[in-house]
Amino acid sequence: MDMSSGDLNAPHSMGTTIIGVTYNGGVVLGADSRTSTGMYVANRASDKITQLTDNVYICRSGSAADSQIVSDYVRYFLHQHTIQLGQPSTVKVAANLVRLLSYNNKNSLQTGLIVGGWDKYEGGKIYGIPLGGTVLELPFTIGGSGSSYLYGFFDQVWKEGMTQEEAEKLVVKAVSLAIARDGASGGVVRTVTIDKDGATRKFYPSETLPLWHEELEPQESLLDILSTASPEPMIS
Amino acid sequence: MSELAGTIPGKGGFSFDLCRRNDMLVSKGLKPPSFLKTGTTIVGLIFQDGVILGADTRATEGPIVADKNCEKIHYMAPNIYCCGAGTAADTEAVTDMVSSQLKLHRYHTGRESRVVTALTLLKSHLFSYQGHVSAALVLGGVDVTGPHLHTIYPHGSTDTLPFATMGSGSLAAMAIFESKYREGLTRDEGVKLVAEAICSGIFNDLGSGSNVDICVITKGKQEYLRNYLLPNPRTYVSEKGYTFSKKTEVLFTKITPLRELVEVIEAGDAMEE
Repeated sequence: MDMSSGDLNAPHSMGTTIIGVTYNGGVVLGADSRTSTGMYVANRASDKITQLTDNVYICRSGSAADSQIVSDYVRYFLHQHTIQLGQPSTVKVAANLVRLLSYNNKNSLQTGLIVGGWDKYEGGKIYGIPLGGTVLELPFTIGGSGSSYLYGFFDQVWKEGMTQEEAEKLVVKAVSLAIARDGASGGVVRTVTIDKDGATRKFYPSETLPLWHEELEPQESLLDILSTASPEPMIS
Repeated sequence: MSELAGTIPGKGGFSFDLCRRNDMLVSKGLKPPSFLKTGTTIVGLIFQDGVILGADTRATEGPIVADKNCEKIHYMAPNIYCCGAGTAADTEAVTDMVSSQLKLHRYHTGRESRVVTALTLLKSHLFSYQGHVSAALVLGGVDVTGPHLHTIYPHGSTDTLPFATMGSGSLAAMAIFESKYREGLTRDEGVKLVAEAICSGIFNDLGSGSNVDICVITKGKQEYLRNYLLPNPRTYVSEKGYTFSKKTEVLFTKITPLRELVEVIEAGDAMEE
C-alpha cells in the first residue's frame, strides 16, 4: 500500500534546519518544525530542540528515531551524572556523552546534533556533532539539509559578542531563509535561549515569517540585514 | 528493556545478517512469503475531556481482503488504547507484549499506567529492531497527568500531537482533520469528526474499508464502540440462497473386505526363565 505520494514506510527523517549561536551571556538554539516520511510531511509542528538538563538543550537532525534515542540516553546519563556530581553538569560533558554514542555507533546511527547550553565555568557554549561523531566547539554552527543555504548568510552576518536580541533575530532570520529555499524544512520556527537564568522557549508561527524575496524588506547595505523588523515571538 | 541499568548495550544485540540475506534474495527474484497487512486508516484526536481513537476494519493479504471486520484498536491498559497499522502480526504481538509489561508494572507500582510508559516501552522495542517490526501505532490514553496522544513509527521515532493519522489512508484522514479540527471539541463533535476521517480513508483508500471502530477514553472511563458505523453493508443477497442440498442419493452399496482376517490361536506356555 505504498502510495505515489511517497513511501509511507520510509524511515521518519527530519529534513531540517538547525542552528546554534553564542552571544555574550549565553546561547540561542533554533530549528524548523518539519518531519517528513519520504515526500509526506508526517509532523508539521515537531519540536526538534530537546531538553537534556535545565541548562543544556540539543537540536536534532537526520533520522528521527536515531536522534530521539540518542537524546533519551544522554538525558538519562546526564541525570545520573548530575546526581553523582552534586551540581548541574557542564555543556562539555553533555556534548561528550553525545559524541560517545554517535562515534561508537557510527555504523548504525544517522543523526547530526547540536548541543548548546550555559554553565558557570565556561558560560554559553555550542558544540556541533555531525554524522560520524566528531565534536566541534564553535561560536556558531548550522546543521541539517537546510543549512546548505545558510553558509554564505552566516559568513556575511556573523559577529562576535552580539546581544541576546541580535542573536535571536539572526537565528530566526536564518531559519526562515532556509525554510524558504529547502523543501525538507518548513512549518514554524522554534528557538530556545539559554543563559545564566535558565532557558526560554520562543515560537514564531509561519505566517509571520517572510518567505519570498519580494516580501523581504529592501536593504541599503548588505551589512544591514539584521536591522529590519523582526517578527513577534510567542513565549512559553 | 530492563538492561537500561547504567550501561549502553554492548556490541552483541540483534543480528541483522539474515535481513540482508533476505533483501539479496528478493533482489534476485525470490517472491517473499505474503503476510497479512492492515492497509488501514487509523486516527486519534484530543478533545476537551480526553482522547478519541478511530480505525477501519479491513485486513489485506496482498490484493485480497483477508478479514472484513478485524479489530485494530488494541487494549493496552484500562485507560490506554493503541491503534495499529502495518503487519497485523507485528502490531498484535507488540501491543500484547507491552500490555503485559504494563500490567506487571501496575502490580509493581500500585498505580494506574501512564501513557508515556507505554510510549517508551513501545519505542524502545521498535528501535531495537531497526524498523523490521513493521508496526505503526497511534497510542492514546488519559492518565493522572492528563490526556495524551502519540504516534509511533516502525523505526522507533515518536511524535506528540493533538490529532494524528497513520496507515495508507492517513493522507485522506489528515485532510479531514486539517480542515475541521479545533481545540476544545465536545465528545459528540469529536466522535463525528473521527468517524468522518475514517470514512474518508475507507472510501478513498484501497487498503482501508468496511466498518468504523471508535474508542473514547476519558478520565476514569473508556467506551469501546466496536462497529460504530457500518457504511458498507452487504446489499445483494441471492434469492436462491447459498446452501447446497445436504442429501446425496445412494444408488448402490457393495462392501469388499481388503484382506482376509486370519486369527492365530497359539496354545503356548508363558515364557519362563
